[in-house]
Amino acid sequence: MPYIANTKADQEEMLEAIGCKDFEEMWEKAEVFSTHPDLSKLPKGRSEYEVLNMAKKLASQNATDLVNFIGGGYYDHYIPAAVNEITGRSDFYTAYTPYQPEASQGTLQATFEYQTAICRLTGMYVSNASMYDGGTALFEAITLACRVKKKNKAVISAAVSPVFRKMIHCYSSNLNVELVEIPEDGVKSNQQMLVDAVDEETACVLVQHPNFFGTIEEWTDFVEKIHNKKALAVCSVYPTALALLKSPGEMGFDIVTGEGQCLGNSLSFGGPYLGIMATTKKCMRKMPGRIVGKTVDKDGRDGYVLTLQTREQHIRRSSAVSNICSNEGLCALTASAYLTCLGKEGFRHVAKLCAAKAVYLKNLLLDIEGVEPVGEEPFFNEFIIKLPCDASEVARKLIDIGFAGGFPLGQYYPDRSNQLLIAATEKRTKQEIKNLATALEAILWN
Amino acid sequence: MELIYSKSREGRRGVSLPDFDVPEANAVPEKMMRKEPANLPEVSEQDAVRYYINLSKLNIGVDTNFYPLGSCTMKYNPKINEVIAKLEGFAALHPLLPQLKHGAALTQGALQVIYDMERMLCELLGFAQFTMQPMAGAHGELTGIMMIAAYHKANNDHKRKVMLIPDAAHGTNPASAAMNGFETREIPTDDHGNVDIPALKEVLGPDVAGLMLTAPSTLGLFDENVKEVCNLCHEAGALIYCDGANLNALFGRVRPGDMGFDVMHVNLHKSFSTPHGGGGPGSGPVGVSEKLAPFLPISRITKMKDGTYCLGYDYPKSIGFIAPFYGNFGVILKAYAYMLSIGRDGFLRISENAVLNANYIRTKLKPYYKQLFDRHCMHECVFSVDIQKEKYDVSAMDIAKGLLDRGIHPPTMYFPLIVHEALMIEPTETESKETLEEFIDAMIELAKLAEENPDEIKKCPVKTPLKRLDEALAARKPVVKLEEK
Repeated sequence: MPYIANTKADQEEMLEAIGCKDFEEMWEKAEVFSTHPDLSKLPKGRSEYEVLNMAKKLASQNATDLVNFIGGGYYDHYIPAAVNEITGRSDFYTAYTPYQPEASQGTLQATFEYQTAICRLTGMYVSNASMYDGGTALFEAITLACRVKKKNKAVISAAVSPVFRKMIHCYSSNLNVELVEIPEDGVKSNQQMLVDAVDEETACVLVQHPNFFGTIEEWTDFVEKIHNKKALAVCSVYPTALALLKSPGEMGFDIVTGEGQCLGNSLSFGGPYLGIMATTKKCMRKMPGRIVGKTVDKDGRDGYVLTLQTREQHIRRSSAVSNICSNEGLCALTASAYLTCLGKEGFRHVAKLCAAKAVYLKNLLLDIEGVEPVGEEPFFNEFIIKLPCDASEVARKLIDIGFAGGFPLGQYYPDRSNQLLIAATEKRTKQEIKNLATALEAILWN
Repeated sequence: MELIYSKSREGRRGVSLPDFDVPEANAVPEKMMRKEPANLPEVSEQDAVRYYINLSKLNIGVDTNFYPLGSCTMKYNPKINEVIAKLEGFAALHPLLPQLKHGAALTQGALQVIYDMERMLCELLGFAQFTMQPMAGAHGELTGIMMIAAYHKANNDHKRKVMLIPDAAHGTNPASAAMNGFETREIPTDDHGNVDIPALKEVLGPDVAGLMLTAPSTLGLFDENVKEVCNLCHEAGALIYCDGANLNALFGRVRPGDMGFDVMHVNLHKSFSTPHGGGGPGSGPVGVSEKLAPFLPISRITKMKDGTYCLGYDYPKSIGFIAPFYGNFGVILKAYAYMLSIGRDGFLRISENAVLNANYIRTKLKPYYKQLFDRHCMHECVFSVDIQKEKYDVSAMDIAKGLLDRGIHPPTMYFPLIVHEALMIEPTETESKETLEEFIDAMIELAKLAEENPDEIKKCPVKTPLKRLDEALAARKPVVKLEEK
């Protein structure tokens, strides 16, 4: 039996010590009946080598050899080898939440640095230690805004990720929170309609930067209008883009959330990912999630602890600001190690590569007859093209010849069934981009 | 240790990146660009690696020390699980692929892992269906409670606004109920450590939506009236939720579904050996009985007649989307590898040894520390330090810090809330008898020290990288990031 140290002799000795002749008597003394489960339908135990082979076989049945141009909020960035080496340290990954700070300075200090990096990227005052993912973080931003403003309505742009919007609708269904969704305008948010939708009951307005279509929008005046109407402005971000773009803090946003998968975390078929949340000093004490703070030990040396814990469920129970208990600690460590390895210039270089490849890709694709742009707005590394036919059919044909060539928008936006959302990261080479363009042209015209 | 920023020098970089192979251009207007790059550290790869490796040494983990943290099930995290989760065919898989036309064919291996996990958990725990989507235990609670709410709503039973929660419950239970708009009401524990049945009967009524019960309880005790509790709830039209935080004690002996629970979450990062990661990522799959199955979150995975797997979204009664995709797949993979390793005959061995180890500690420490309920325990035992507190002013916190100096991570402190000066000890099945004995010796030594020289314990820890930290200062004057110069 793997992973159990007690030998038969140990067990006999220990059973005797606790006053039981066998395991059955131990169960009886613990007053546990048996439901006599029949586990015969479970597989029988396998050796390590057999488990590995089975897993390898299953792994081989997944298409990870496609040349990937799909983003949609989850991107195929390069993860430096050093990052995996750092997060593979079992002193980090086999530890619990750092409740005993004297034995957890590694986790605590790394989290403090994560919070620092997120604040610098977003331009905000405080970041928490992370949440489950970008979608749950955005939902928690609504509840945070509702607590701060003591109001219960949220206005959300349809240019926010449909994946996130579906989650927010689900979570809000049993709460006294009213959601108002404002349709997008081309590839932009409809800023005027968003502002107009804000009334006295509105706690916050939610937008995305860059938005789901990849478009970059200027938000400074918009945020001011939202503030004038006494609501908070919330922004969901793609952190890699923030290496180049004006930060949400500079544009005046009150709460920033985001999906941090792009910061060194693998795509891993949907998780674990990294929910980012940062906010202003004013909202700090109402923010959900763990927060690490700096302090001193008995000898006056600098150290770190979990702080502002009176917000949390283990103290406040039903009055806590959220039910969240764990965060995505290891994914936050990954992000911190990733940003450290890339560094100030390296991170910017990655973002510039993404942006340059996207421009090159878009130009090549628009040279193909029948492929049209959708809007002329600025973008970072993702954009939409319009095809002369159904985009999902084209995407399928691209798969057949080795390209995950983009995400067809029809299933989330029915009036966009001819549109393909395409992303480029620093991993895509000039040759791969040319090959995609050639393949697309062949599919459309041969 | 100094922060990484202290090693930063302009121009250093910790990874080699490709040059531009296309013209350097971007589609971002100047006015939307950041004026200055975000001030991240600039260090060489060696400096980065050395910094983090040294930082990791300031931690205690399951791989370095005994970690008997109650209700957290800090069992050994098998290394083969880590290897499998990193296989390229899983780690590099984009979650949007199966949403393409005929896209399910691109991810058959991954879909099978999730499907097989759902089926194996149903068999092991006695439920009709499972969802692997919840991303943590508390997230599983939220999902389960949403389904309870949806169930009553579907029955046009709109009066049920109350969720009952025993006083020994984890704080996440009442918080999760509140996040779903429920009012919470507390049920006391009787003097045998069980749910107080007369008190339960008194509050059960047409306004009660459900009861959240941790089984075994956070006192480490099995409530032998659990079937009656389930029956009482059902008779009153309420559903009963099982918090599976302590599932490790039940494997192979009792299936929660068979006892009458309607819905349950399990923590893959506890009973199923996936690492805690210094605070996540976890995974909190939820199992349901037949009557709650229509409300499960979407997407759902089905196995077709030809043996292939596909995703379905057409479940009109579903509560909707609780996760971006299919759950914390990387964590699910580790638990999958674990379940395949353990197999049908191994689960009872886990619970037997977990319960044996806890009772061994309980028996040996009983002469030195107070036990509130003098019974055989399950996978964890709870002691109170209140005698030492009263006589020598030595608290649970002091004993905990004393253990740190003896190379042991402390048990859970001050929980459950109904035990004063509580220490909650969960050794798990993976620890050897010798390790348990080292712990027992350390605890006895501390009990004696409390009597003979309490001041020495109050100085602990002195062997850790830092001494006791001033948590009050951190909360009073929060410093939550490194300020930029």
